[in-house]
Amino acid sequence: MTATLMLELRDLSKSFELHHQHGARLDVLRGLDLRLHAGECVVLSGPSGAGKSTLLRVIYANYRPSYGAVHVRHAGRWLDLAKATPHEMLEVRRQTLGYVSQFLRVIPRVPALDIVAEPLLQAGADPQAARQRAADLLRRLNVPERLWPLPPGTFSGGEQQRVNIARGLIVPRPVLLLDEPTASLDADNRVVVAELLAEARAAGSGVLGIFHDEDMRDRVATRVFPMQALEAA
Amino acid sequence: MTPSYNFAFLDEDTKRMLRRALLKAVAIPGYQVPFGSREMPLPYGWGTGGIQVTAALLGRDDILKVIDQGADDTTNAVNIRRFFARVAGVETTEHTVDASLIQTRHRIPETPLREDQILVFQVPEPEPLRTLEPREAETRTLHALADYGLMHVKLYEDIAQYGHIATSYDYPVLVDDRFLTSPSPIPKFDNPKLDRSPALMLFGAGREKRLYAIPPYTKVESLAFDDHPFEIQRWEHRCELCGSAESYLDEVIVDDRGSRMFVCSDTDFCGDRRAEAQA
Amino acid sequence: MSALLQVRGLSRHYGQRIGCEDVSFDLHPGELLCVVGESGSGKSTLLSTVAAQLAPSAGTVRYRQRDGEWLELGTLSEADRRRLAREEWGFVTQNPRDGLRLNVSAGANVAERLMALGMRNYSQLRGIARSWLERVEIDAARIDDAPTSFSGGMQQRLQIARTLVTQPRLVFMDEPTAGLDVSVQARILDLLRGLVNELGLAAVMVTHDLAVARLLAARTIVMQGGRVVETGLTDQILDDPQHPYTQLLVSSVLTT
Repeated sequence: MTATLMLELRDLSKSFELHHQHGARLDVLRGLDLRLHAGECVVLSGPSGAGKSTLLRVIYANYRPSYGAVHVRHAGRWLDLAKATPHEMLEVRRQTLGYVSQFLRVIPRVPALDIVAEPLLQAGADPQAARQRAADLLRRLNVPERLWPLPPGTFSGGEQQRVNIARGLIVPRPVLLLDEPTASLDADNRVVVAELLAEARAAGSGVLGIFHDEDMRDRVATRVFPMQALEAA
Repeated sequence: MTPSYNFAFLDEDTKRMLRRALLKAVAIPGYQVPFGSREMPLPYGWGTGGIQVTAALLGRDDILKVIDQGADDTTNAVNIRRFFARVAGVETTEHTVDASLIQTRHRIPETPLREDQILVFQVPEPEPLRTLEPREAETRTLHALADYGLMHVKLYEDIAQYGHIATSYDYPVLVDDRFLTSPSPIPKFDNPKLDRSPALMLFGAGREKRLYAIPPYTKVESLAFDDHPFEIQRWEHRCELCGSAESYLDEVIVDDRGSRMFVCSDTDFCGDRRAEAQA
Repeated sequence: MSALLQVRGLSRHYGQRIGCEDVSFDLHPGELLCVVGESGSGKSTLLSTVAAQLAPSAGTVRYRQRDGEWLELGTLSEADRRRLAREEWGFVTQNPRDGLRLNVSAGANVAERLMALGMRNYSQLRGIARSWLERVEIDAARIDDAPTSFSGGMQQRLQIARTLVTQPRLVFMDEPTAGLDVSVQARILDLLRGLVNELGLAAVMVTHDLAVARLLAARTIVMQGGRVVETGLTDQILDDPQHPYTQLLVSSVLTT
């Protein structure tokens, strides 16, 4: 059985032009090709500065690609995100592309449980069901129940990261982009995250991630995609 | 009649201007028509608007009655009646039933009016929205668009502050389902008399230079909330002179010890009833 | 999804001076769009022109009504424009004193738009006013107090309640938090965020504060000298600004 192709990068390049630094130009990605299938977990590897985070951000359209194509299977058809309108891109983020970064962007005064439930609500779920699902995820990730009604601004790094993972995984999305989501987690919680990712893959998601911890990488990766800094290449 | 004045004081061209404005006012019930208000030999606030309307209407056969707060014998009423007796030589009366033209400040007579009578109101502020919206251009627009939610803000505030609609005079009305109109500072007790009145009602504001009209048999609705309907004042007393329980009563202090009595505000109505009782 | 508002080639000049020039964008239902730029960049002029408070010098604004009909705002009569403003739109001004009726109570301020729509039941008006005061975190016991006795932040929250009480489909906001202390700002932004999500409002918000855009808006327009220099996803504009002016704007922010 051939797995469905979910994401295909073709000849992707990204450089930053800094108009106020005498027009300095930073080349980060050049001519990159990558394919991600359903059920796969591809881990980006390479030294710091190789552009791993940049790549994830370009796919998520947080950065604008300078050249090349980002094809995503969205709602049953292929869409090139490099050419998508902002409205299309928002729809892709709602339905197809999930992104979990290392850091939780805290929203003032919103309780942890609601932060986690929000993406599911925006996807149109019933509020009761969304909060229930959020509670299940927080429980699995060992976030103490007394913290759920509190805004996560004062949580520890590890607790914030687990809230962030729960928020990122609550809506089942076909493509997951993970930027070191487990950096501050202890071994037990990493195991939980690995389980959650395995479940997502089993449900047909393709995962593209950065995991510096080798134990974690070995646990989740089905394939490693090596990257190098352009200057060194 | 003092011969050095034109009949009814104003010159004929001015009267024509006034009559044209009045025709327009009658044609658009409740709409405020601007007019070229003249200086009159009495100060603003004493009825310069009403007196100009009366002057434009008076014919030699008219019988004029003038009341101030219902009374024929108060300063303002006496002066204006005497003024027209001098400058127009018309007959005057204190009896509502005998009058063809009644100029009034702040009351409508208790005796029902007839089709062959005209009531002229003295109006200090013709714009019912003015206290809420000071800009004239804006109030005109609100009238043009019949955008009257604002008026209910005032009634809302009344209920919020006093538990009921405390506005007791100059109570806003909607004329002919179209124009929000000030009935001039008559007590709201008199508002029902405006509705489908057989007599023509004309309103003149001299300082504000506006005329408006409620033609005979026009629908006049006092604004209200569904759960706070329009209500008129009621008294626990009867008139101590004529015993009326239906008329609008004034509270009068009768001695230095603060003793009070309630009597009809409409002196003609009260007098007639007493005369009938004696007969 | 079909747009709610279509702005095409919109310009507004003040004599020789440019207010805004050749601006185009679409706004979808339930979407909050931020317009950012420094003072004098034309963002407030753009907002007033889109909201039909200023007549455009060129270009068109089309709005899709509740009944699905498209309206060309430039051809509307004053009566229709006011009807839209009353029944389908809301406008929140920077200074709450410009948007509130200061000589009547807080309750009357909230109830006014309902009464303008013809609601004539006092106890119902009171009930709605009370629940909206609570929604914007004003003690309902203060329903009969004058807005002049409120703090700036409370006045702004009252203005928001007064605007949203009729559940408008489209809200225009001009720097709604600019005049307020930082702590008060956060509370209002959070409140707006919740209400926008909950009511499914579409909104155009003008702000000079990029953090506000980041928190509230999925899409952002960057203006300079009356022209749009960059437009797109808010996070993309803030994290990967392309235009020199946007880069300057982003790099000038202490923390976003």
